[in-house]
Amino acid sequence: MGTASSAENWMQVRPEGLYCAPADIYIDPHQPVERAAITHGHADHARPGHKSVFATPETLAIMKTRYPDDAPSMKHLLNYGEKTDLAGDVRLWLAPAGHILGSAQVVIEHANQRIVVSGDYKRHSDPTCTPFEVVKTDVFVTEATFALPVFSHPPLGHEIDKLVRSMSLFPDRAHLVGVYSLGKCQRVMLALRQAGYSHPFYLHSALIRLTELYEAHGFDFGEWKPVSDYKGREKEIMRGRIVLAPPSALADRWSRTLPDMLPAMASGWMQIRARARQRRAEMALIISDHADWQDLLQTVDDTGAKDVWITHGRVEALEHALTQKGIRAKALALVGREEDAD
Amino acid sequence: MEAFATMLDDLYFTNSNLAKEEILANYFRSTPDPDRGWALAAIAGTLNFDLFKRNLSKSLIAERMDPELFALSYDYVGELSETIALAWPVSENAVRLNRLPSLSEVIREFQSRSKQGIREYLTTMLDNMTPPQRWALLKLGTRGLRVGMSARSVKRTLARMKDVDLEVIEELWHGLEPPYEGLFAWIDGTADMPDVSSAIAYLPVMLAHPLDEEKDLERISPATHQVEWKWDGIRVQLAANGTEARVFSRTGDDISRSFPDLLGAVDFVGTLDGELLVLPEGPDGAVGTFNDLQQRLNKKKPSAGLMQRLPAHFRAYDVLNLEGENLRPEPLAERRRRLEDFMDDLDPFRFSISQLLKFENVRDLAAFRDEASASSGLLEGLMIKDRSSSYVSGRPKHAWYKWKCDPMLLDAVLMYAQRGHGKRSSYYSDYTFGLWNEAGDLLPIGKAYFGFTDEELKQLDNWVRSHKQQRFGPVQEVKKELVFEVAFDSAHRSSRHKSGFALRFPRIHRIRWDKPASEANRLSDLEQMVGQNRSHE
Repeated sequence: MGTASSAENWMQVRPEGLYCAPADIYIDPHQPVERAAITHGHADHARPGHKSVFATPETLAIMKTRYPDDAPSMKHLLNYGEKTDLAGDVRLWLAPAGHILGSAQVVIEHANQRIVVSGDYKRHSDPTCTPFEVVKTDVFVTEATFALPVFSHPPLGHEIDKLVRSMSLFPDRAHLVGVYSLGKCQRVMLALRQAGYSHPFYLHSALIRLTELYEAHGFDFGEWKPVSDYKGREKEIMRGRIVLAPPSALADRWSRTLPDMLPAMASGWMQIRARARQRRAEMALIISDHADWQDLLQTVDDTGAKDVWITHGRVEALEHALTQKGIRAKALALVGREEDAD
Repeated sequence: MEAFATMLDDLYFTNSNLAKEEILANYFRSTPDPDRGWALAAIAGTLNFDLFKRNLSKSLIAERMDPELFALSYDYVGELSETIALAWPVSENAVRLNRLPSLSEVIREFQSRSKQGIREYLTTMLDNMTPPQRWALLKLGTRGLRVGMSARSVKRTLARMKDVDLEVIEELWHGLEPPYEGLFAWIDGTADMPDVSSAIAYLPVMLAHPLDEEKDLERISPATHQVEWKWDGIRVQLAANGTEARVFSRTGDDISRSFPDLLGAVDFVGTLDGELLVLPEGPDGAVGTFNDLQQRLNKKKPSAGLMQRLPAHFRAYDVLNLEGENLRPEPLAERRRRLEDFMDDLDPFRFSISQLLKFENVRDLAAFRDEASASSGLLEGLMIKDRSSSYVSGRPKHAWYKWKCDPMLLDAVLMYAQRGHGKRSSYYSDYTFGLWNEAGDLLPIGKAYFGFTDEELKQLDNWVRSHKQQRFGPVQEVKKELVFEVAFDSAHRSSRHKSGFALRFPRIHRIRWDKPASEANRLSDLEQMVGQNRSHE
């Protein structure tokens, strides 16, 4: 296999995003392009307007739900591990990233070299998606959302227990959990079911379409109801129950009507007290869909990559730590990645 | 230690004061002595020793962690204890404990160990703890706990547990020490109330009702009432037992450390009720403004220079006990006589007696009140006291009245809004308002978060949401279109404010939905209000 310096000749950073020149394909481009491989359905990775899209069937379904008016002229559905040959002697396939439903690492092989663009990924357990799979590679392209030694995400069950404990402590309070609509919401619901929570979930309307999409993919969340079905005093039924809403709704007028609302927030950022207080969360659930510090280092180790390119997040710290370990690490200056999305 | 850390975490993240008190009460009920007493001390701020030096934890982590990664982490987190708590790399050959020691064991270990021993013990603790537990220990160890709970709120929790008035706890408080075993035994009902008679105790203060001009004025006559100025200092209690003297605030907080100059002049045994003032121009000059006094209040260790520039002074209103004799049951007339006799001997630089104002009728009272109004806030109004009243805690009816000056009023323009706390966290309920300067710019003069009804709050919240401009973190700028009639007790010049003025006790008096912003007051109007006479003796 070759060296990374030659890999840079055919994998480049362009204003639109990471670009594989011989195959004329972008990975998670920020702007509409001719040909795109999409790692997963979050909005800062999956943009509308591309002509031809390579992605897992689940990611394409998510994009269809999010951008109903967007119709790529060519959809290339790739199951995990299914290889496809592109122009310029480039082979492309997808491997599970463990981030959300359908999330994938894009594996690109060319000129005897392999580059793995991992997108967003995690190593912690998640009942809503296929676990991360290690792919040996020359160049590993990684995120660094939580790349500081202060980030060490506790096991999912541990955080879910906090919520369960609080419901028995405050049986009269509606427990409002702030969750991102794609992935986090469904992961929290399934984990709560596994922990034995048997009442209906009450969902903010912004969470419904994607939850239904998960159901169409065979996930069973048990009974849930739209909060909007309940008017005025009818919301009393939500005392001691779980209400889920996007994070922005936590401090919004919407949440005022819930009976004796207890605001909780599920996010990797909740590890930092001040961040949790900023969100006005009274309960900080450290539930992240990204790799924490140890997992980032471990994953780089597992892939055997001698070169690591870092896309977004706490780039400096990861670059420093990898360099100390004798790995060639460099930051890619990509635009358009959301700092705070988790 | 586990329960303590969990409780701190719960307190930290809970917004409502009531819920905080419930969490704390639950902890006290379910935790044995002496752990709960040490926890009480940690939260109420009465722990009087550090377990270790602040630098120790920093030097420990420097030994185990890459300095650059630590610096990046610290930058990101912004707080040392939390950074260390989260980033602490557990040593591979760490001493593993089967369980964490109790809070009191931890305190005992730290207190009994040598410097090197403290170092080793802290390392072992950090190696065996979760991040929230480490945070609790690091905060406890250097007495930096900030969990958003006031000492008063802690005392209220204790009062609720025992189902007694807050005053009962406040009276006991200064006679007790950590780990408060006697206090908890009494709360549990297994022992009598702790005896604090030999300690210098804070005695809950007697308060006044606002005077109802329609009903109360006719009750007042020179034969039955005494009248004094209501000074704009802070109401304090000065207590001394012959070996030691202390100053307590109205709420029972011990503020002695800020006023060594005053306490150094105490050479009596007794408890006095009075006003704390500063005398920048000496005993014969004018009394300092509240702003001057504030400079002293903010300093835990005042410098000699500050004490010389702004010497503390106590103006006595009342005497509660003298030479061991309890005078509180005596009528005010008798207490006043005792106070006058006794004050004669004291150093006039530090002590004075509040003068009685001679009056014949209600017209005289009104004239005094007008005089107070013209004092630019040095005098808040009048105190009118029934000469037969005993000194009791709380606010007995018709015993004491306060007749405050009418507030000053200005029409100011709403500039910024911020969300409130607790129940109000989804409302824009904190408002910053300003006045026009000569150049036609608005300069902020103050901030208020009350004075309006719940219904008005909803309307204001709606107005803010539909008139948003730029956002600065939590601060929402709004279009400069809404006028508030702002009431305040006094105003003074302040170099810390851009407008050059600060208001005392500002509140929203009326919302002037009808008034165009261009017709709001100018800064020059405020300047005129402030620029009036200030000397008053």
